[in-house]
Amino acid sequence: MKRVSNNPYPASGVLTPQDGLQSFEAGRLRKNMGWRLYLQTVIARAYPRIIGQGREKSWLFFDIFLPLLSVCAYVFVYRAIRAPEDYIGFVVVGGAMTAFWMNVLWSMSSQLYWEKEQGNLALFIMTPTSMMAILLGMALGGLLSTTLRALVIIILGSLFFNVQYAVSSFVQLFAVFILAMLALYGLGMMAASLYLLLSREAWHISNLATEPVYLFSGFYFPIKSFTFWISAVASIIPLTLGLDAMRQLVFKSGPSLGFVSVPIEIIVLCVLSIVFLIAARYMLAYMEKLAIREGRITENRR
Amino acid sequence: MDFAIRTKKLSRTYKIHGGKKSEPHSLVALTDVNLEIHPGELFGLLGPNGAGKTTLIKILTTLLAPSTGHAWVAGYDVADEPEKVRPRINMVSGGETSGYGLLTVRENLWMFSQFYGLSSGVANRNIKRLLEVVGLSDRMNAKSSDLSTGLRQKMNIVRGFMTDPDVLFLDEPTLGLDVGASREVRRFIRSWVDDNPTRTLLLTTHYMVEADELCDRVAIINQGRVLACDTPANLKHNLQQEVIFRLEVSPFNGSLNAAKFEALPGVCNVIHRPQDGFESLELILEEEQALASVVTTLNSANIRLLNLQKCEPSLEDVFVKLVGQSMEEVEQKGETSEQ
Repeated sequence: MKRVSNNPYPASGVLTPQDGLQSFEAGRLRKNMGWRLYLQTVIARAYPRIIGQGREKSWLFFDIFLPLLSVCAYVFVYRAIRAPEDYIGFVVVGGAMTAFWMNVLWSMSSQLYWEKEQGNLALFIMTPTSMMAILLGMALGGLLSTTLRALVIIILGSLFFNVQYAVSSFVQLFAVFILAMLALYGLGMMAASLYLLLSREAWHISNLATEPVYLFSGFYFPIKSFTFWISAVASIIPLTLGLDAMRQLVFKSGPSLGFVSVPIEIIVLCVLSIVFLIAARYMLAYMEKLAIREGRITENRR
Repeated sequence: MDFAIRTKKLSRTYKIHGGKKSEPHSLVALTDVNLEIHPGELFGLLGPNGAGKTTLIKILTTLLAPSTGHAWVAGYDVADEPEKVRPRINMVSGGETSGYGLLTVRENLWMFSQFYGLSSGVANRNIKRLLEVVGLSDRMNAKSSDLSTGLRQKMNIVRGFMTDPDVLFLDEPTLGLDVGASREVRRFIRSWVDDNPTRTLLLTTHYMVEADELCDRVAIINQGRVLACDTPANLKHNLQQEVIFRLEVSPFNGSLNAAKFEALPGVCNVIHRPQDGFESLELILEEEQALASVVTTLNSANIRLLNLQKCEPSLEDVFVKLVGQSMEEVEQKGETSEQ
């Protein structure tokens, strides 16, 4: 495309031979494409979530204080019945991981729906970037901000109740956490497209899923307490195995109360991560296609 | 690139699913739209609410698939090659509430710039410069949730221009802006196109003055069809053979109505607007002599003539001539039928 030189945006707009395939001259400005654009998008979309933490302080009450109350309730019950001391640690770790589940269920899943309501979704689809990068950015922002909340719950809970940790493998612990988060946020990304299609009715799913997941994922007790098949079915929720593996890796009595061995749980978490992320990609592509074909997903009028 | 925008027999029909009690039905939003817009043009789409302007923009910005026909933007088919169209375009809609209230104006704009692959340095420089142009630089670090509707719209306008697209779509860009701000924005829009002949801007509006003042060419659209497409001067010139009079007369009190005037020989169209204490009539006549019968009709109904003015035709007159009603009347009719 031939360009004229009366450029009101000086310096940056000239495409140089060094720019290669990762840059593109659209208009008079140099615009990154490919992986650079993808990375820029992920960071930019994660930014509001992370920066929002410092500007909206209500999370300190809703995401720290309230979960700590639940943790306290279980701790006092376990102390009253003289349960093994490691159970207190189980509850604190479970309470921290609750923050991730709440973030995925109430924030990540409904994010595309809210983007539509705000009028952002159409603008996102219209940009040259990938919608998957935008969704990944949402997930990354949610993950980072929730990690901070979870850490605060763990630190406060451990200090209040004098929890003793005995980490057997930091590498495995890190791997389990990362895989559990990949699978969990993959599930959230998949749910985001589904919630967009279902609109307001999706709220019922969130309501419906909250308490049963608390129960079957074993947030406040080891899932070994269930029968094998109940635990196996509950393992489709990534936090179930993630939490079980983490408890096995950080508490002395963890392995004896674990559902299956940590390596098996890591393999299953790998599979769940791949399945959920691929499903999220296809769901998103389907949603985008439907939006463009029917014209009713990106706006509220029809 | 021969055309910045081109459409060929473009049509779009919505399937309305309806509620539990109503049957699904179809709504035709666009019918056989043919447009050819050259690079460097500031092109206006003029029509009432519900005419199909936004649907056309949605198709051209790759947000909506056409039901039939084709559309090309910057030389690429919007349905088959959206990935090639998207880096070259941007859009701003009037009254949009894009971005996040927790972020500042600058942060919101930076975020959108990243989705277009602009480096942070270039983005920040453009944002700063454009915020100065629209008079929003003093609110650069204010949270966007703290902005008034007008200021928010200025932020949206910066969002559209900061990526310096080949083709920019502005859908009612001055909606919600006060008179002064609208004038500033219009001046900037015009200069943006004039600065570089490769830039193209498609503007939809239902403000006749805006289209008249800004656009190189205008397409008048109603009920999904393009009724006329030419320069504002040519469109008005075609009306010159007819004569336009504006009359202010004493209240009719039920003795007369617009239909009685339209039945008179030589009267093409009448727009009747009851005002506080008088009636306003705008008449499009085939020739000046037809005014005599209008005055006679007024006299016979004991209606006093308060003011009489011969007018140069405006785009509104062009619209009335083409549609048979004023834009206000079309919109009111649309609202009534929706109810």
